[in-house]
Amino acid sequence: MVQNFTLLIPLFPLLAFAIIALLTRSRNRLSAWIAILGVILALALSLGVFLEALAEGAELAVNPFYGAPIVWYPYGTATVNFGWLVDPMGSAMLFMVPTVCLMIFIYSVAYMRHSHTGKDGHTIHEDDPRYARFFALISLFTGSMLLLVISSNLLQFFIAWEIMGFCSYALIGFWSFRGLKEHHIDDAQVGRARAASIKAFLTTRVGDVLLMTGMILLFITVGTLDFTQMFSPDGLNNMLLGEPPIGALQWPTLIALLIFGGTVAKSAQFPLHIWLPDAMEGPTPVSALIHAATMVSAGIFLVIRMYPLFVFDSQTGGFSMQTVALIGGFTAIFAAVLGLAQNDIKRVLAFSTVSQLGYMLAALGIGAFVAGSFHLITHAFFKALLFLAAGAVIHAVGTNDMLKMGGLWRKMPITFLTFLIGALALMGIFPFAGFWSKDEILLEALRLGFFSESGAAPLVQFVFISLATAAFITALYTGRQLFLTFFGKPRDQHFYDHAHESPVTIWVPLAILALFTTVIGFWNTPFAPAFTGYVGEAGLVGLPVPFEHHAFDQLALISIFVSLGIAFGGLFVAYFIYGFRPVGAGQPDPLERLGIIYRALASKFWLDELYGYKINLDGTARAGLLVRFVGLLSRFSYWFDRTIVDGLVNLVGWFGRIMARLWGWFDKHVIDAIVNGSGSVTGEIAGWWRTMQTGNVQNYALIAVAGAMAFAILFLLRSFT
Amino acid sequence: MINDIPLNYFLSLAAALFCIGLFGSLARKNAIAVLMGIELMLNAVNINLVAFWRYGSPDPILNQAGIVFALFVITLAAAEAAIGLALVIAIYRSRDTVNVEEINLLKW
Repeated sequence: MVQNFTLLIPLFPLLAFAIIALLTRSRNRLSAWIAILGVILALALSLGVFLEALAEGAELAVNPFYGAPIVWYPYGTATVNFGWLVDPMGSAMLFMVPTVCLMIFIYSVAYMRHSHTGKDGHTIHEDDPRYARFFALISLFTGSMLLLVISSNLLQFFIAWEIMGFCSYALIGFWSFRGLKEHHIDDAQVGRARAASIKAFLTTRVGDVLLMTGMILLFITVGTLDFTQMFSPDGLNNMLLGEPPIGALQWPTLIALLIFGGTVAKSAQFPLHIWLPDAMEGPTPVSALIHAATMVSAGIFLVIRMYPLFVFDSQTGGFSMQTVALIGGFTAIFAAVLGLAQNDIKRVLAFSTVSQLGYMLAALGIGAFVAGSFHLITHAFFKALLFLAAGAVIHAVGTNDMLKMGGLWRKMPITFLTFLIGALALMGIFPFAGFWSKDEILLEALRLGFFSESGAAPLVQFVFISLATAAFITALYTGRQLFLTFFGKPRDQHFYDHAHESPVTIWVPLAILALFTTVIGFWNTPFAPAFTGYVGEAGLVGLPVPFEHHAFDQLALISIFVSLGIAFGGLFVAYFIYGFRPVGAGQPDPLERLGIIYRALASKFWLDELYGYKINLDGTARAGLLVRFVGLLSRFSYWFDRTIVDGLVNLVGWFGRIMARLWGWFDKHVIDAIVNGSGSVTGEIAGWWRTMQTGNVQNYALIAVAGAMAFAILFLLRSFT
Repeated sequence: MINDIPLNYFLSLAAALFCIGLFGSLARKNAIAVLMGIELMLNAVNINLVAFWRYGSPDPILNQAGIVFALFVITLAAAEAAIGLALVIAIYRSRDTVNVEEINLLKW
């Protein structure tokens, strides 16, 4: 009953983070081993859960491992609980994430030691100045990814998602401090790292806001964020009760699109892909972590987790899945084309990640859930392998520029071999992992687009054509990378002499990942689709309908040959351009003959200049047109605020002051005049009257007598008349 | 005998006496003279009272209110004279004069 301890899985890396951050910060080696121990424990527990899940088989989708025992806070009559939810795809993630993370951790132990030549000519090995901090951060990264995978509700998911956002920021900008000159890190790189971390954080923040908006709307319409309750039939139908928000746009469509917005930013899809290439400024293990096991996978996993919502939406006539397919399909080919013109060995891989993530989303969007999910798993392994191998090359050579490498296979054969396996997997060449998953996606697109009983679907046809073209270009740029890096003659003798085979702690993780890359594809071959039976046969949580699955048929066979043909075609073209006649030292890239097209590719279609945030080589950064437009807008708003709004406020104040002065005058000169006037008039009258008081008694008596006589006369007159 | 004198003779005498007293009390400067004027006026009233009693009352023997009232007035006049003279003396002591025009401390 390992499943009851699922919640402990993320605890180990998080604990490792806490221990390193609080206690062992100054002990580099100890910190590294604590981090690795945390991942090993998490991996052991994850594997336990995974094996138990495998034993459950397809039953797991209907009755997932679920528990939400920790009451976080109550609202109304219900509560938000912390808990776990493991369905077949979740368990597959539980297998993939800690495995890949462990390899990356082991690799980092040696990678974060830098070598440089000391004053006396000897090579000095030295830990990175922030060695322990690095392990603390990647532990936090891994822990939050595991927390995300097992989350039982969207809020818990979102918390893990946000912690990852922070970790990516901190790790991409890991070298954004000075004082590392002897470690090949100059001021320009410090500036680039700093700008890149900010760029990554801000770009993904756009998606986070969308995701949070979607989450809030989801909570309002459904009334719960718990996945099992949310995806119960009643839960999703609740969404249709209210008035549709905007015209014909239904609630499910709107919410699905908002949540997908989170994915677009996190998984670097067009148009928010701009942060991922610049994220290469981080240390290579971080790139591997972000690109394979954690960050970008989280975005895809969000779509997988929320898949019932997307399906529900498309059943009720929404277009969210079409949007996913469209953006995925477009990004796949878009990023692949951009990958052609990059000279930074890691940037090529970065664009290939964007492209492969597009593959997954396109597959999910057209309804090929199993194919997309499987590609997520296989891609994690071979992309981690590629990054770590590229990192080993960078570590050995001391540069990222492929045009300064060449002929390295003689110097570092093990690294070359593992990189080759990863590259073949990325190209989709038999029998490596990428072949099986990519072929599956292409097959599904082919089947749904051209051979579907329900008629042709133009969108799926577009997706198929886009993905097939992207596969060709993928093979092309991966081949280019292979030939530029490992074949031909060394283009820079100094770097070549510096190169050496990696130490054992670096190549062992590479070898293990290469092994996985070789064998994991067989989990889901068209002949024996075990993964399909496991993940797809019984549907998933909230979607207990089996995914359509076709037995191995003629179409599948054709698809295999088509995808192999495409891959070999791309590789052949790459050989023709870069392998047949290797690029010599100082020679430009043959692609530069394309002129304006090459420049467009090299500058990523000027999207950074257009709306993003352009990071120059010297570490300075410049905002793109859109950002600058926003800047102008805010400056205009500032001006508007200062002049118009403040002016109005001041005018009102000025008017009030004038009125107050008027009233003051009126008060002083009219009201007071009346009051004082009545007083002084009384005083005046009294002044006259008091002269009567002569003090002479005889006067008084005279007046009294006069009065009496007046009365007497009056009386007499009356009696006469 | 006395009845042969008509009432208006008494009244005329009383009025003349009153007017003399009034003039004295209003016009004289000497406080003593003023007091004397007041006495005259009181006595003029007494004459009036007794005359009206004698001529006006249906039964002068049984109803003697007129002369009783006159007696009261005489008593009052005596008391008034006493007090008035005392005041005059007091004023004279403090201000060295009995001229009423100079005794005007209650002036405005």
